Amino acid sequence: MKDLMIGNKAVARGIYESGCTVISSYPGTPSTEITEYAADYTDMHCEWAPNEKVALEVAFGASLAGARAACAMKHVGMNVAADPLFTLSYTGVNGGLVICVADDPGMHSSQNEQDSRHYAVSAKVPMLEPADSMECKEFAKAAFELSERFDTPVMLRLCTRIAHAQSLVELGEREVKENIKYEKNGAKFIMMPGNAKKRHPIVEARTAAIAQYAEDCPFNRIEGEGKMGIITSGTCYQYVKEVFGDDVKILKLGIVNPLPEKLIKDFAASVEKLYVVEELDPVIETHCRNLGIKLDGGKDMFPPIGEFSQQFIASAFGKAANECVDASVGEIPMRPPVMCAGCPHRGIFFTLSKYKINVLGDIGCYTLGAQAPLAAIDSTLCMGASISGLHGFNLAGGEDMEKKSVAVIGDSTFLHSGVTGLINIAYNATNSTVIILDNSITGMTGHQQNPATGMNLRGEPASKIDLEALCRAVGIERVRVVDPYNLKECADAIKEELAVSEPSVIISRRPCVLLKTVKAKKPLVIAETDCRGCKACMKLGCPAISMKNGKAKVDATLCVGCGVCKQLCAFDAIKDGEEK
Amino acid sequence: MNNTVKSALIVGVGGQGTLLASKVLGRVVLSEGYDVKVSEVHGMSQRGGSVVTYVRWGEKVYSPVVTDGEADFILSFEKLEAARYASCLKKDGKIITNNRETDPMPVITGACEYPSDVLEKLKANGADVFAFDALSLAAEAGTARAVNIVLLGKFAKETDIPADKWIEAIKACVKPQFIDVNVKAFNLGYGIE
Repeated sequence: MKDLMIGNKAVARGIYESGCTVISSYPGTPSTEITEYAADYTDMHCEWAPNEKVALEVAFGASLAGARAACAMKHVGMNVAADPLFTLSYTGVNGGLVICVADDPGMHSSQNEQDSRHYAVSAKVPMLEPADSMECKEFAKAAFELSERFDTPVMLRLCTRIAHAQSLVELGEREVKENIKYEKNGAKFIMMPGNAKKRHPIVEARTAAIAQYAEDCPFNRIEGEGKMGIITSGTCYQYVKEVFGDDVKILKLGIVNPLPEKLIKDFAASVEKLYVVEELDPVIETHCRNLGIKLDGGKDMFPPIGEFSQQFIASAFGKAANECVDASVGEIPMRPPVMCAGCPHRGIFFTLSKYKINVLGDIGCYTLGAQAPLAAIDSTLCMGASISGLHGFNLAGGEDMEKKSVAVIGDSTFLHSGVTGLINIAYNATNSTVIILDNSITGMTGHQQNPATGMNLRGEPASKIDLEALCRAVGIERVRVVDPYNLKECADAIKEELAVSEPSVIISRRPCVLLKTVKAKKPLVIAETDCRGCKACMKLGCPAISMKNGKAKVDATLCVGCGVCKQLCAFDAIKDGEEK
Repeated sequence: MNNTVKSALIVGVGGQGTLLASKVLGRVVLSEGYDVKVSEVHGMSQRGGSVVTYVRWGEKVYSPVVTDGEADFILSFEKLEAARYASCLKKDGKIITNNRETDPMPVITGACEYPSDVLEKLKANGADVFAFDALSLAAEAGTARAVNIVLLGKFAKETDIPADKWIEAIKACVKPQFIDVNVKAFNLGYGIE
């Protein structure tokens, strides 16, 4: 049976067919759906961990106990999970262990475009890279086999155009795996210096053995004929095939670490011109150059920045552009992503913007608070950096800064890695004010449960963290909750907490307006005779409000009746929608 | 290059249901026996931003994306978005678009004006543009949310794939309680001239 599925769903299928029983992940675009689709198979335990480090350590534990285990994360999540990764390389596995990591060239939904292949190289673990959904499934299965065969965690690298592109997948049966027997083996699994020193040579020998395996394994293959040769992998392979079909000789690499030597040297010798086409960093290119192979084109033609396409590659090879419609119609305004109409974050950001507060931001939907007209965020770095960053900002800036600076962080991000920063604020004592934007879900990645929502990945009831109690427990005595739909309440809380000489937490609590459990109110209406066109309501940057002919207008298809704009209208021109 | 591959762009504003439209289209061309690739958009860009989904089908499809001059069709949920991606259209390609305007944030904040005449300009440039009020037809079917399926209905008429194949795919892609309204929306779009 063939099915059309995105790469992530195919990876989930491959994990399932491999007989894997434990998957622990933290959501992150473009990796999230791997774990969501895996959860559709009820004979696997699937969970959202608080962060990627926990997820990988859970997978390690499951592997240690003898099961096949997996975790999935986005590229920057790999940074968080890097600590266990590097030593897992030394311990190796018991049951097969696969780490799925999804890169985001072009930064569709990310803060940087780092190349995960560097992790495979530096942690000395093998990495497979599929080029379509069928390969996603097959490579996921192969990754478990390789993991057990070579006693190593195996990384499966995706990128946005593989993870989120649907293509055909032939389904197979699930292999039922008994757990491999667990036997205590301190020399292998207790990584203290005496043991680790003995493990490191094993790691080096393993890498050499896998490089040998890569010479003639089925995942690296040569296609086409011609005097021109291209070495490529993943999505770039598809673009190259789109441009050249079978008219060039292609070495398609499925194992991107370790890279083979003889295969590449022989391929290079078989063509007159040789190019490496790879997105992001020159990993394959550097390997070729280290082997003394002369390239006719690499990063000089295909820069390490952004996403490629068939058009980009055709143009780099000097091919004429396609004929297209004359699309010149003048300037087309940008349409950046925006906070939704009725987003509970808006009230807080409006207030912070109004009082010109310095705001150290974090990763989530609320990063959109940086956009005009709210323009309320000063910095965004990585998960959790708002809180720890604020502490440093206040240490350097002193009392003046403490009185006009806050951190904002979502509920899921706070539990991911914000709470440690809060512990530091309490312990090392700055009068910092932290605002937790608790919308009761992990929003940006498409509504995943987290330890503060009271539900697990499958939506079943679960232990629910009491955020107020948690903040108090780490040493913050001033903890208060506000409703972000109430602008006065927000303003009072922010002013008061900034004024006091002790650290404090404001929890801005209201569920994400896109949650199915949140019922929209009737759209608001503008009483045109009362509207003076003063544009006070426009300062919210609500996509449901616009100005038409000098008067405010509410788009009834977008408005959810949150009423925040009503509080800004001095002329009482915004009215509740009429009940039908 | 493989000239037998057909390409369509489904463009709109995040939240308008472009993913469902691409899902149905993908399923239909799959049932016709083609190789298919569909490239979706997830994450931040979905939040009210400009979104584009690529659907490609043919004997063998390599790239999941569509670039300049490759699209046979652009199916657009909003006027401005039709214009934004128009360079992807082949010389003899066709744009099918909803004629509604949704102000992007720079227009809302007053940083620029909504260029209401983009479709006329495209037509003047020689593009084949069919614009209609898909929102009203969706409302007539029972929900404004069905704009995507109304547009798909009009698009279906442009292909040589029979209507019942599309309806079958819609039934497979939406929840049982939404089948009726979506089939109605499809038929309204299919019937428009």
